[in-house]
Amino acid sequence: MTAAPSVSAPTGPAAPAADGLEPNGLVRDALIVYRRQIRMNLRNPAWVLIGIMQPVLYLVLFGPLLKPLVGSFDLPTDNPYTFLVPGLLVQLGMFGAFFAGFGLIAEWREGVVEAERVTPASRAALLVGRLARDLSLLLVQALILVGLGYWMGMRGDVLGIVAGIVITLAVGGACAAASNALALTTKSEDVMAPIINMVMMPVLLLSGIMLPMTLGPGWLESVSDFMPFRWVTDAVRSTFLGDFGSNGVMWGVAWAVALLALGVWWGTAVFRKENS
Amino acid sequence: MIEARGLVQTFLTGQGRKKTEVHAVAGVDLDVAEGEVVGFLGPNGAGKTTTLRMLTTLLKPTAGTARVAGYDVATQAVQVRRAIGYVSQVGSTFSGAYAGDEVVDHAMLYGMTRRAAHAKGQELFAQLDLEGLWRRMPKNMSGGQKRRLDIVMGLVHEPGLVFLDEPTTGLDPQARANLWEHIRGLRDRRGATVFLTTHYLDEADALADRIVIIDKGRIVASDTADNLKSQVAGDLVDLEVAALDQVAVAAERLGAIGEQLEVVERHVRARVPRAGRAVPGLLRDLDASGVALDSIEVLRPTLDDVFLTLTGRSLRDAEGDAPPEDPATAPLEGAGR
Repeated sequence: MTAAPSVSAPTGPAAPAADGLEPNGLVRDALIVYRRQIRMNLRNPAWVLIGIMQPVLYLVLFGPLLKPLVGSFDLPTDNPYTFLVPGLLVQLGMFGAFFAGFGLIAEWREGVVEAERVTPASRAALLVGRLARDLSLLLVQALILVGLGYWMGMRGDVLGIVAGIVITLAVGGACAAASNALALTTKSEDVMAPIINMVMMPVLLLSGIMLPMTLGPGWLESVSDFMPFRWVTDAVRSTFLGDFGSNGVMWGVAWAVALLALGVWWGTAVFRKENS
Repeated sequence: MIEARGLVQTFLTGQGRKKTEVHAVAGVDLDVAEGEVVGFLGPNGAGKTTTLRMLTTLLKPTAGTARVAGYDVATQAVQVRRAIGYVSQVGSTFSGAYAGDEVVDHAMLYGMTRRAAHAKGQELFAQLDLEGLWRRMPKNMSGGQKRRLDIVMGLVHEPGLVFLDEPTTGLDPQARANLWEHIRGLRDRRGATVFLTTHYLDEADALADRIVIIDKGRIVASDTADNLKSQVAGDLVDLEVAALDQVAVAAERLGAIGEQLEVVERHVRARVPRAGRAVPGLLRDLDASGVALDSIEVLRPTLDDVFLTLTGRSLRDAEGDAPPEDPATAPLEGAGR
């Protein structure tokens, strides 16, 4: 219908990149996104410390309460901090990472996400770069928590502690990916906050983070058997005590890997979706 | 550079079973040649931004095809993205990051090396009057500086085709005029093809070689501003009659040479073809009839008149008829902002 001037443009498929340009790829693009994200976090390092305040408060204020109780937990340790720190690590992985999406909503509102999506960068890289940032922050927070726990009396198997942190990172990655996906789906802090609270409260109560689920009545323990994070918490607790081969550890690791795969799949799908 | 045929975008709005299908874009055909500056004009909700999002691969068309810079937007999205620059109406930089860092990172996502991105970014900062702001955060910039920074983001990888979505919305008149100069420079100095959406009539008039008007998801006109205005039935002549009892005589005289006669209190208006030639005779006639005037105004047709002629509604009135917001750019319903 328009006064149609002739169209002069290249036709057919293009080479991956023009002369002088580097081809886009998942790793390269994810690194660019990661560097941008981590640079902004380094500009405000206080947030890393604020993020760890909740588990540290539990460690300092709740840990002493466990001292007279931990012997009755029917666990292979009577050290309250060796019991509590693995639970707090998983809590950190879940809660800290689940709030990652709030930053993404702020970026979306300022047009950053759309600006990235109109570049030829890999869609998965836009998520993976952010996940790498979240995991970097989680690692720093986990090391601070473990160090503080050790200072307060926690003892454990060194390799087991490393394994426990790795499992925590997997769970944190899953939660961060899900949080980013939720952020781009809701595009609103007001919608996202109650959803996270609604999901996280039963997860926290049924995961045995503060107290072992074996203390509760049979029905409650049976319900918690269906909670993947309970298996993860038990697995991290076991690895801290040097147990690497029990069924519980295998289940915990399997759940952590499965949750990570599920979270990354969901997150990537949302980033790929054309109207996100 | 752009060749679209029958582009359609529909989406569902509402909640539960009360969902309604909205045709945001209802079959758009579009051709833009290399080097053209095309203004895509329409009221809010007419389908401008949705069309733009389809052409920039941010939204998959429900139906129809489009080739941008020679590549199909649906099947060759990566090639399209390499070839275009896009300046969104909401911005493109994070308010708490350094402007220069944002530009370099953005350019690197297009495959540029850090060194090349830095050099190009610095050059564009100089061209767009942003010198000295490389290490400033967007939250500490003025509205005009932020928009120019967005344009740097859209140009840093040197695209041949630039999409600008409502580039001057929210800017004060001085910042708008300044930005217009830079947009003109995109074509004049860089040879870029520019496709810009706007609901400002004067912006489309001032910047575009050709204006495409969209209303209710359909293109209703496409031509130069002068040709579009010539479709309107003449210039608007507005007589302000000195005495109320002389209005009827003035209306009779003006009605004899014009169309669409309208009387509002002491004002008598009509569309008069070639008013420059007709008005002297009209004045003599009124004088001979003893009709005194307080003022006379002759107005050339505007794009708003063109829109009125084509759609039966004023562009400004049409703003109020906007359909629901495209969910692609909206948060979940019930969400606060």
